[in-house]
Amino acid sequence: MIKLEQLCRNFQVGDQVVHALDHLNMQIEAGEYVSIMGPSGSGKSTLLNALGLLDSPTSGDYWLDGIRTASMDDNELAVIRQKKIGFVFQSFHLVPRMNAFENVELPMVLAGMAPAERQQRVQAALGRVGLEARRHHRPDQLSGGERQRVAIARAIVMQPSILLADEPTGNLDSQSGKEVVDIMEELNRQGLTLIVVTHDPAIGQRAGRQIRMEDGRIASDEKIASVLNA
Amino acid sequence: MRIIDCNRIALGAVLRAPLRTAMMLLATAIGVGAVLLLTSVGESARTYVSGQFQALGTRLVIVFPGKSETSGSMPGAMPGDVERELTLDDARALERSPYVEMLSPIVVGSMPVSYGGRERDTTVLGVSHDFMAIRGWEIGTGEFLPDVDFDRAPPVCVLGRTVKEELFSEQVAVGKWLRVGSRRCRVVGVLLTEGTSLMIDANEIVIVPVAYAQALFDISGLFRIIVQAPGRGDIDATKRDITEIIKQRHYGKEDVTVITQDAVLATFDGIFDTLTQALAGIASISLVVAGVLIMNVMLVAVSQRTREVGLLKALGATRRQIIALFLTEAFFLASFGGLAGLAVGYIGVFVLELTFTDFTFTPPPWAVAAAFVVAIASGMIFGIMPARKAANLDPIAALAGRQS
Repeated sequence: MIKLEQLCRNFQVGDQVVHALDHLNMQIEAGEYVSIMGPSGSGKSTLLNALGLLDSPTSGDYWLDGIRTASMDDNELAVIRQKKIGFVFQSFHLVPRMNAFENVELPMVLAGMAPAERQQRVQAALGRVGLEARRHHRPDQLSGGERQRVAIARAIVMQPSILLADEPTGNLDSQSGKEVVDIMEELNRQGLTLIVVTHDPAIGQRAGRQIRMEDGRIASDEKIASVLNA
Repeated sequence: MRIIDCNRIALGAVLRAPLRTAMMLLATAIGVGAVLLLTSVGESARTYVSGQFQALGTRLVIVFPGKSETSGSMPGAMPGDVERELTLDDARALERSPYVEMLSPIVVGSMPVSYGGRERDTTVLGVSHDFMAIRGWEIGTGEFLPDVDFDRAPPVCVLGRTVKEELFSEQVAVGKWLRVGSRRCRVVGVLLTEGTSLMIDANEIVIVPVAYAQALFDISGLFRIIVQAPGRGDIDATKRDITEIIKQRHYGKEDVTVITQDAVLATFDGIFDTLTQALAGIASISLVVAGVLIMNVMLVAVSQRTREVGLLKALGATRRQIIALFLTEAFFLASFGGLAGLAVGYIGVFVLELTFTDFTFTPPPWAVAAAFVVAIASGMIFGIMPARKAANLDPIAALAGRQS
């Protein structure tokens, strides 16, 4: 569960202070499927970075699963990221010299998990994205859709409570994009909180809850009882 | 993060950038190799010189007339230079010391010698019977001087090889009478030993009994007395006893200088140790240069892998983990370079050995260890800055490929 209270993020640009997030209040329950949309500069990426604990808010509070993150130092934030948050990026961010298996294994390696358990979890995660057969392929030997699926496997391998996707289909053709979205929605149906930042309405409108950002504020926040979420 | 995983990831990064790794290897290898080679040369010079001194005999003690006041000029180098000369009586007194196994008085001068129609100037060396044994010289034909009292001067001589050849050519020399200055003496032997030691060329001499030489040059003093101590451990006692005996005989004046082989050897050892260390120091500069290169290459690696660092941070890597990963990478680069350097160094030493067969080249173990350790340490120390730079990257900027 995510709770934002009066969250602000200011950037200094020259003489001007830009309010990328302007006293934001928001609550996202576990298992929700949320899309965040809005024009460039509306603050949606800043929001995603704040939710992913990659960026520290200027003021306000962010509660993640009941933990207050404002008072945490870099190392504590790193541990929370590791355990609770999975990232899917527009440009995949796979390590080019590692094969699919090693890329998916990476978060567990950083967490110091035992090799036997890593092995088992990588298998399961690659199984869920349908890429078991490609485990020994390096990123340059995979298609764009496959790379993003490896990235999703990596994002879920630590069994996080939230999956944060930043324009996950932005670099993909529509077919691969659809496959990636299908996989993420399937994970959401199994209980994973899914937050997708996108400016593609076709993707954003699939979510059960659609948040529109403008000038660092929430312009609209609609819950839609779609067939997908039923 | 487990240590083995840290090593695996860092090793992967090293091996997947072969050109970069090869460059680093070369830089470090040159540094380590240079240390090995230069210290081998220094060590070889030391071994060579101390070998030369060992050949003189390690139980050797040399007595000079006159007290050496400074280390500059050799005492007693000029006749009449000293208040009281060393005499044959002094030599006889020293011979009675329990710390003297044997000794030989020495008188040296230059004289024309002739046989038949041939004449030449040569060094005439006046010694006693024991001189041979003390110096370890060998007789080729005939025998050495007879074992008689120092005072007695039988007219006999032993020739160096060159002198023998020039005066007698192929003829048998032993038994012939040779004219030395105004006197005549019978040749009893020819030396087998060649080469120079203690500044005397064994080829170019005529050896006569010491009393004979004194008469020949019309002098009463001695040039030196060389003494052989009973054992290596007795050398200090021998030195003390000689000084004491001479002091008593010379009315309480300590007017001789006693030097030992060990003292000379120790001095040279010291000089060459310093030389070797200086060479190692000079060569170490190249290790520091290699370290700076490692730093540059690691900085390039950090900027090339900015996105990767951002990803690692997003995946929950702590600052310490990122520093550990990059430092481990620097460690691998430096230690592979060090190993390559050992190979380069030993190959170089092998080539030197083949080229200069008279010398043995062995890099001293301390230099090998130090070069390797310094190579790794310099790589690690210079790796700290790039690793910290990586760890300090802002994750959002790094994911976007920006460094700030």
